[in-house]
Amino acid sequence: MSINLRFKTSKFIDETYRVSFKFNNKTYFGFKGDTLASALLANGIHLVGRSFKYHRPRGIMTSGSEEPNAIIQLHDNSSRTEPNVRATEVEIYEGLVASSQNCWPSVNFDVGGINNLLSPILPAGFYYKTFMWPASFWEKYEYFIRKSAGLGKSPKVTDPDLYEHNYIHCDVLVIGAGISGIMAAKIAAKNGFKTLLVDEKSYLGGSSIYDNSEFSKINNQLTSSWLEKEINEISKLENLEIKVRTSVAAFHGYNFLLARENLTDHLPINQRENKVRQRLLKIRAKKVITATGSIERPLIFDNNDRPGILLSSAIKKYIDLYGVACGENNVLFTNNDTAYETAMSLIQRGIKINAIIDNREQVDSKISYEVEKNNIKIYKGYSVVDTYGYRRINKISIMKLSKDGQTVIGDKTKLNCDCLGVSGGWTPAVHLFTQSGGKLRFREEDQVFIPDVYPSDQISIGSCNGDFSLEEIVKNTLFSLKKFFNIDNSEYKTIEIISGLNQSKRNIWLLPSDKSIGKTKSFVDYQNDATSKDIKLALREGFRSIEHVKRYTTTGMGTDQGKLGNMHALGIISETAGTKMGEHGTTTFRPPYTPLTFGTIVGRNVGEFFDIFRRTPIHDWHVANNAEFENVGQWKRAWYYPKDNENMHQAVQRESKAARDSAGILDASTLGKIDIQGTDASEFLNRVYTNAWSKLAVGKCRYGLMLNEDGMVYDDGVTTRLGENHYIMTTTTGGAANVLGKLEDYLQTEWPELDVYLSSVTDHYATISVCGPNSKKIVSKVIPDLDFSDENFPHMSFKNAKIGNIKCRIMRISFTGEQSYEINIQANFGKSVWEKCMEAGKDFNITPYGTETMHLLRAEKGFIIVGQDTDATLTPIDLQMDWIVSKKKYDFIGKRSLYRSDTIREDRKQLVGLLTENPEEVLEEGAQIVSDVKKSPIEMLGHVTSSYYSPNLKKSIALGVVKSGKNMLGQKLIIPMENKNINVTVADPVFLDKEGKRLNAKL
Amino acid sequence: MFLINCPFCGEREQSEFKAGGEAHIVRPKQPTELSDDEWAEYLFMRKNIKGVQFERWNHVHGCRKWFNMVRDTSNDQIKAVYKMGEKPPIK
Repeated sequence: MSINLRFKTSKFIDETYRVSFKFNNKTYFGFKGDTLASALLANGIHLVGRSFKYHRPRGIMTSGSEEPNAIIQLHDNSSRTEPNVRATEVEIYEGLVASSQNCWPSVNFDVGGINNLLSPILPAGFYYKTFMWPASFWEKYEYFIRKSAGLGKSPKVTDPDLYEHNYIHCDVLVIGAGISGIMAAKIAAKNGFKTLLVDEKSYLGGSSIYDNSEFSKINNQLTSSWLEKEINEISKLENLEIKVRTSVAAFHGYNFLLARENLTDHLPINQRENKVRQRLLKIRAKKVITATGSIERPLIFDNNDRPGILLSSAIKKYIDLYGVACGENNVLFTNNDTAYETAMSLIQRGIKINAIIDNREQVDSKISYEVEKNNIKIYKGYSVVDTYGYRRINKISIMKLSKDGQTVIGDKTKLNCDCLGVSGGWTPAVHLFTQSGGKLRFREEDQVFIPDVYPSDQISIGSCNGDFSLEEIVKNTLFSLKKFFNIDNSEYKTIEIISGLNQSKRNIWLLPSDKSIGKTKSFVDYQNDATSKDIKLALREGFRSIEHVKRYTTTGMGTDQGKLGNMHALGIISETAGTKMGEHGTTTFRPPYTPLTFGTIVGRNVGEFFDIFRRTPIHDWHVANNAEFENVGQWKRAWYYPKDNENMHQAVQRESKAARDSAGILDASTLGKIDIQGTDASEFLNRVYTNAWSKLAVGKCRYGLMLNEDGMVYDDGVTTRLGENHYIMTTTTGGAANVLGKLEDYLQTEWPELDVYLSSVTDHYATISVCGPNSKKIVSKVIPDLDFSDENFPHMSFKNAKIGNIKCRIMRISFTGEQSYEINIQANFGKSVWEKCMEAGKDFNITPYGTETMHLLRAEKGFIIVGQDTDATLTPIDLQMDWIVSKKKYDFIGKRSLYRSDTIREDRKQLVGLLTENPEEVLEEGAQIVSDVKKSPIEMLGHVTSSYYSPNLKKSIALGVVKSGKNMLGQKLIIPMENKNINVTVADPVFLDKEGKRLNAKL
Repeated sequence: MFLINCPFCGEREQSEFKAGGEAHIVRPKQPTELSDDEWAEYLFMRKNIKGVQFERWNHVHGCRKWFNMVRDTSNDQIKAVYKMGEKPPIK
């Protein structure tokens, strides 16, 4: 590079440490301490991307997290690739690879640039208006629109990095380590508060740390020197923790905040091994101090988006912090004094300033006089009306503003430049404050929204609170902090500020042009290519609410969330509509403040840790025996046990047949188990189940159905009376926690007078169900001491027993219609008892079966599964289970709802059996049921809820819900499928052994 | 995320709790005596107001106790918490 843009003046840059990196496949050099943006600028590169809609060339605009244009793809085509990263935030390291987004084939020549020429026919709402007609064509348009839209590319392979979540509790959280944040942290920590100070940047001190101006001094020292000493002091404080590269993403109610701590992104890839990349900090602070500073406003004029146009404050930062000149021939365009600070920084290093264009007629501050003394021409009362240069600005034209600032007058003057700094004043960064629920107030004098009503124990200080001058910041920060901490003494005895800046500003949201607005391109939202013309169009088309204008024009909807231009959009709306800005309010600031990676959000919950899963005590046996698993709630349940390359169907057919022909064994440990004790336990069950419980003898079991108060079936299961005042209830696997919650609710809130205690014991017992005609023989071998005769141990009863020395409970209950015994034993003995049963059942072909076979077997018997055959719209009457609803009981949960006008309708959907005309044809679960396919529209009568091929009945069986199904026995219905109609007959839902002979059959 | 002062355990994170809808709706003692409309009033009708609302909460991942809360739904300020069966400390 022939030109020298690097000045050896910055202590933040380590010039002994050269770093090479790639940008768009070309190698460049920078220094340690550079951001990608500063390193590119030092190499004379401004053009880094193309805009979203018009593919206009765009350059680096800012120096921080507010950057709208310089968003790049990091490490494209690698596992660590990341899209939409702000070049202004990326710290360079050896081997960094970055590339431009949204351009093809290259950022210098982009085919999409044609959109810029087509822009007259691409107004706001273009997509909405054009592609909505005809509606059916959307699917075809969408493919092309999606392809041409979108910025970066998402990674295609697994992220190799580690992420984690941390909880932090502190007395005081200070967000932002600028001058006011540093002061706040010091005062908080010195007053005994456990304090956390965070800043998104890699260094402390904010913009004051590189403020070496003679025009703003503290105690007669340069601001930067004074602040350095302060930072030195606080870094030694014991109860202050400081985290840099930590960006607060969200500020929720009750001072709960989320922050992302970046730990390795600034390191070369080979130094990241085994390190946590990013941490999501979940911070609960007693007090929060927001010191997030302010963001410089751009100015809105024609072609204000060319590469080489930067915020004036960014130019200052690049030269002061990084020692990088953004241009060799600069022009500054401002409406306030801060641009003169930039001018001084450039002058000090001998960098040429061609001119300063100032909106204001009157410019009188010490600093402006000083600038003028350096022979720099200041055009007072002028405005930039246009800019030139395609890939980099090379010229501007300026005109005089009229007195009211609404038009430009006189002749056009052209000025050469390769860099234009703009300053439209400052916008307080109130994003986090409003996220927390804070209410803003509009300050008319300088047209800013500032914090007004705090929803929690927090304050905003410094420029995010609308204090822009150094005097105001220091004075008001100290005053606010004393009040906030309720202390008399700040740590600062005397502070004297010298400032040569004046606070005057001439605010014009949309600068006038000599062209008609339709011919201008004045960008308000750079990233989304929304112009002032678009906003005006939205208003002409009748949009009034700022939220509607935002959505119609997409202003503020990019990855930068409109940090630069949102205020201008509001200003243009209120100016055009003739309303007051304060009345419009702002659009909602949503978290996160800057984008978070998915990795950070997910933390360690990836792969097998994605969700919690629960294993039964017999799980390892299932694994060892080739089981396939099914997720039921959080449980892993054995689904089926394929043998010799069986598919699922073959395995289930074999298991089902074995269970009915001889013996099957099921791990039922996942069933919810609730231990119920107390003198009112029987009364309690009476109230929660639909059937009667008072007369159940000790040692007996009963099936119960539980409703919601609206009469709909909620859960079911068998409950056993273990003693006079002691029951054990079983619930469905998925419903266990909710049932316990519901029972607790009634017990605590409606019936506190009942003496009943509930405990969840699901995990305490392993439950092994042995079923089939030979089940009795098998369990007799496992527990030889127990009399299993039908006389001593009939169906629906329970016995205490011992296996070896271990106590267990045996229930003779059945979900399959076969004789079956459920052994409940302390969980850690589950696997050994299971193995004992397998051993005892060897001669009887005992066959382990999974949930699929269980479902098939129960369907043959017409037993429902709550949640599969029911969906919270079915009453027990709808399920043809009238027999379980007690007529005698005065009340139970849901009783009154069973005879509401709606629940007694005859044409409700009711559970029925379905048999296919062709017995080999198995219906699809969820398929719709109709009676007439010729009628249009076809009336849907119901749907199939369960469907299987029964190896025992040698035909297809199904359950379904059908309107008025109860009265349709024997009727023909149709299941219309994609390419055929299946004829079915409505049948009794009990397909096998309706009399229940098998339960007591003697072999 | 709220910090909730469970009347039994003290201040805990909201993630330990479950909201249970409007408070002080007593289940009728004799549901069978009620007309459809009266029963529907109990079963379905909830105020869901913007402003000060009386709610039921359950410390489901803690002591499992139900309690009441007075919360301003417009700004999520919790005005009071009190045990089941107690009268609201504020109107």
